[in-house]
Amino acid sequence: MPTVSLTVNGKAVTADVDPRTLLVQFLREHLRLTGTHVGCDTSQCGACVVHLDGKAVKSCTTLVLSINGSSVTTIEGLADANGPLHPMQEAFRQNHGLQCGYCTPGMIMAAVDMVNRKGNDLDDHTIRKELDGNLCRCTGYHNIVKSIAAGARAMAGGAGQQAAE
Amino acid sequence: MYNFTFHQPTTLRQAVNLLAKNEDAKLLAGGHSLLPVMKQRLASPAAIIDISRIPELSGVELKGRSVVVGAGTTHSEVANSQVLKDSIPGLAEVPASIGDPHVRHRGTIGGSIANNDPNADYPAAALGLGATIITNKRRIAADDFFQGMFTTALEPNEIITKMQFPIAKKCAYQKFKHPASGFALVGVFVSKRGSDVRVAVTGAGANGVFRVPEFEAALKKRFNAKSLDGLSVSADGMNNDIHAGPEYRAHLVGVLARRAVADANARKD
Repeated sequence: MPTVSLTVNGKAVTADVDPRTLLVQFLREHLRLTGTHVGCDTSQCGACVVHLDGKAVKSCTTLVLSINGSSVTTIEGLADANGPLHPMQEAFRQNHGLQCGYCTPGMIMAAVDMVNRKGNDLDDHTIRKELDGNLCRCTGYHNIVKSIAAGARAMAGGAGQQAAE
Repeated sequence: MYNFTFHQPTTLRQAVNLLAKNEDAKLLAGGHSLLPVMKQRLASPAAIIDISRIPELSGVELKGRSVVVGAGTTHSEVANSQVLKDSIPGLAEVPASIGDPHVRHRGTIGGSIANNDPNADYPAAALGLGATIITNKRRIAADDFFQGMFTTALEPNEIITKMQFPIAKKCAYQKFKHPASGFALVGVFVSKRGSDVRVAVTGAGANGVFRVPEFEAALKKRFNAKSLDGLSVSADGMNNDIHAGPEYRAHLVGVLARRAVADANARKD
């Protein structure tokens, strides 16, 4: 079997994989990083969003062999293991930006990518437009949008800061 | 997904050799069209040749009166290219409506053009700008390249390396999105470059992207939405599926062409 080497959440990993292995399968089944979810498996729902070399991608539609040598950040790697939550995670907590929680890891990874691309001052229209690739079947999005706006502002103040409400 | 052997060449020459050596091979760029159909087992290539790590396929470059875009350029790179925003803004705006931000980080312009999905956006832009598709073997005019649904002039051992887009400052794309998939129910790209006026339509035709000569002739006289008054396209040959009937699609072609012309004229040079 071919070999793949990646940096996942700052740690170097190497494994032999079946060529069909998707990035999301590699994360969940080889590395046991089960925070990244599979929702639709058809690149529509965004539950599987992770950062690949700093950009949000759908890990259900990426062969792990394709990205050999790359750096991947998952929801588990956003904050330090025993430290405070990442400001975007904290904002989702403060603003009740989830109900069942299934879409949340993808939402948060997409939200951080949104801040990286669009800055810390995000209006509702921008957030809703940029959430095109993330589906939530519980919340009606209202609190997710609120969470992202607050998380984006908090990220301007440096990591670990409490989300401004 | 059925199994396959995986290859990741780092030069165009290696990729071409692998394509010649492996019968039933498929090229993989961003994978956002190919992987979904492989998951559904609608495609089962024996070999995947991943061309995402080939430097010759990247970059956006101003070259005389045209912009040359590497086939591996992602949708988000096209959207953010300052060169394209300055010289062909109508083209830089096309990817904003493709998929979602995450999809746009992976999907490529070359992949979209090679796939020639009848509802894809870039085929309309390539035909609507009179682009030249450059491969490892030759240069193909967009008019000759698109040959019907999922069918192109590409030969089995041919790889798109670049696309050359002539600079038409007056150009715009208007799309009626399918609300769930985001694909074009109908999309119209219009451009005016000197006396060359083009109107290219995606999504509507049962046989893929096409031009509308009657609209082009009218717009050649005066490039204004009013020039299309009284003109319409026939429902014959329009796509008919659960999403929209042929009459509706034909009507949308007229509506979107007028909007696109108005958009192109509204742009400050």
